[in-house]
Amino acid sequence: MTLPLSINNITAHYGTTKVLEDLSLDIGEGELVSLLGASGCGKTTTLRLIAGFLQPTSGTIRLGDKDLTKLPAHARDIGLVFQNYALFPHLSVRDNVAFGLKQRGIAAAERNKRANAFLERVGLDHLADRLPAALSGGQKQRVALARALVIEPPLLMFDEPLSNLDAKLRVDMRVEIRKLQRANGTTSVYVTHDQEEAFSISDRVAIMNEGRIMQLDTPETLYQRPANAFVARFVGFENLIPMTVTARDGETVTASLSDGSTLKFSQDRFGAIDDKFVLATRADGLSVSSDPGAEGIAAKLGLRTYLGRAYQYECETVAGKLIANGALSNPLEPGATAKLVPVADQCTILKPE
Amino acid sequence: MTTRINPALIGFTALVYVFLIGPLVIIFGAAISDTSYLTFPPQGLTLHWFENIWAISAFRRTIITSLQIAFLATTIALIIGIPAAYALNRYRVQLPGWLSTLFVLPILVPEIVMGFSLLRSVNVDSGVPIFFTLLIGHTLLVLPYVIRVISAALSSFDFSIEEAAISLGSRPAKTFFTIVLPNVRSGVIAAFILAFITSINDVSVSLFLTGPGISTLPIQILAHVEQFFDPTIASVSVLLMVLTVIVMIIVERTLGLTAVANTK
Repeated sequence: MTLPLSINNITAHYGTTKVLEDLSLDIGEGELVSLLGASGCGKTTTLRLIAGFLQPTSGTIRLGDKDLTKLPAHARDIGLVFQNYALFPHLSVRDNVAFGLKQRGIAAAERNKRANAFLERVGLDHLADRLPAALSGGQKQRVALARALVIEPPLLMFDEPLSNLDAKLRVDMRVEIRKLQRANGTTSVYVTHDQEEAFSISDRVAIMNEGRIMQLDTPETLYQRPANAFVARFVGFENLIPMTVTARDGETVTASLSDGSTLKFSQDRFGAIDDKFVLATRADGLSVSSDPGAEGIAAKLGLRTYLGRAYQYECETVAGKLIANGALSNPLEPGATAKLVPVADQCTILKPE
Repeated sequence: MTTRINPALIGFTALVYVFLIGPLVIIFGAAISDTSYLTFPPQGLTLHWFENIWAISAFRRTIITSLQIAFLATTIALIIGIPAAYALNRYRVQLPGWLSTLFVLPILVPEIVMGFSLLRSVNVDSGVPIFFTLLIGHTLLVLPYVIRVISAALSSFDFSIEEAAISLGSRPAKTFFTIVLPNVRSGVIAAFILAFITSINDVSVSLFLTGPGISTLPIQILAHVEQFFDPTIASVSVLLMVLTVIVMIIVERTLGLTAVANTK
């Protein structure tokens, strides 16, 4: 059984501090949505509100047709996986996994059978009689995963589940989490501060800041078409360049920088362009050209670093300091002047802040 | 390579031990001396003075009273102290910092002041029977220790474990008994023993609260010394010592003394 989750206009406070503001989020049946953001952005608060460990000031949370906000935490039937595993230290691995079944009044023989089956699925059936202290971090998190899955919850939630594991294991575990989640088709909420982790396993990602969702989209869209400056910076768009439209000719728009130099943009590619906009790119999206006649942003080159696939330059321009990449075949020295040419398919256009 | 130890240091250490253990040896010697007065070294050997403890009804009664008071006061202090320590730790972030200090404050108040104020407020003014005044006094005496020791055990308890249990369908009250309590078991045992010994050995609070017909063992020892000077006192002392040592051995075996000492 799996159900859609619907968060409607949730506002929450810690004491008098507002930590979530009018937050709404719909997660479809079987979908995995990540809440991504820096600490203090409200992602963990959102998870704790859904789990029932915190109460919202206003708003509702619905799982299927159940109003969760009216239920105490122990009656919400949600599988939770914690950052620090939160295994019961005094119970064996098997009893840890069977704990939720015991609360549901399932007889010992049956719950041991089901616990064993899930331990087998996470590859730990041979450790069933050990205490959690005897397990490694990765094994502990597998037990926690089995414990959350065995109750067959309509909703699974992960609170930074991989933060305490080393880098290699993190990658293995997130793949494993995604496989198990797919196999069960369970609606899931995944809280993390790690962009790569969120993007790699999520159907959609909500990037959060100061208690609000800045953008909720597929990882591909977020990565290539951030909707605002915050998300753009978050996903690594180093260069945010304010531009003003000076001429329109059919689908082609000419826009100028503050020094009057102009660039051309196609509305076929970028959609309707407002009179004031921000050109956003990563370093990849600005190509350093030593040709003085190139149509681009005049720049004085600074420090050059070697990236393997390209050279990267710090550049002084009228739009402030920009980061641009240049070809390996043509290394340029600090102090040289050059043009930074936007690469259309690496750029996106934002509304001004 | 061997490390040379300064012989003076060895001598000094030996002296410290003699200073610490000497009086205990003397009391033990006096307790088995076959004389009708306290003496050391013992002259002759007898266990008569140990039998005498039980023969003197005042000792018999006060030993029983002391054990009753210690057991009941400790139990009540645990019943109050465990939830208090739980709340102080579970809601540490939300609660003001001085609150947990407040619960430990009675340790800093001279016990004699506490005994006196209890005498004035409970015994004299409200006419509560002596046994219950003693019980209240001892409960208040040991409660701060209980809260302190159990707080120390809870401070390393990860409350997300409790949340995990609740998310799996366990009611909060049930979770406390099935998940929280088993994981601070050693703290509860340590608190029980510490409180029990504190109560058994207490003089200052009891001094004010004992009355006609009801006394505790340490108070009876004081009273006995005022009138008699026979080795019974020494044998009672040995008995108390043996009791404490047995308790300490149990603690050492089950928890480790250092663990308990660190919490005080």
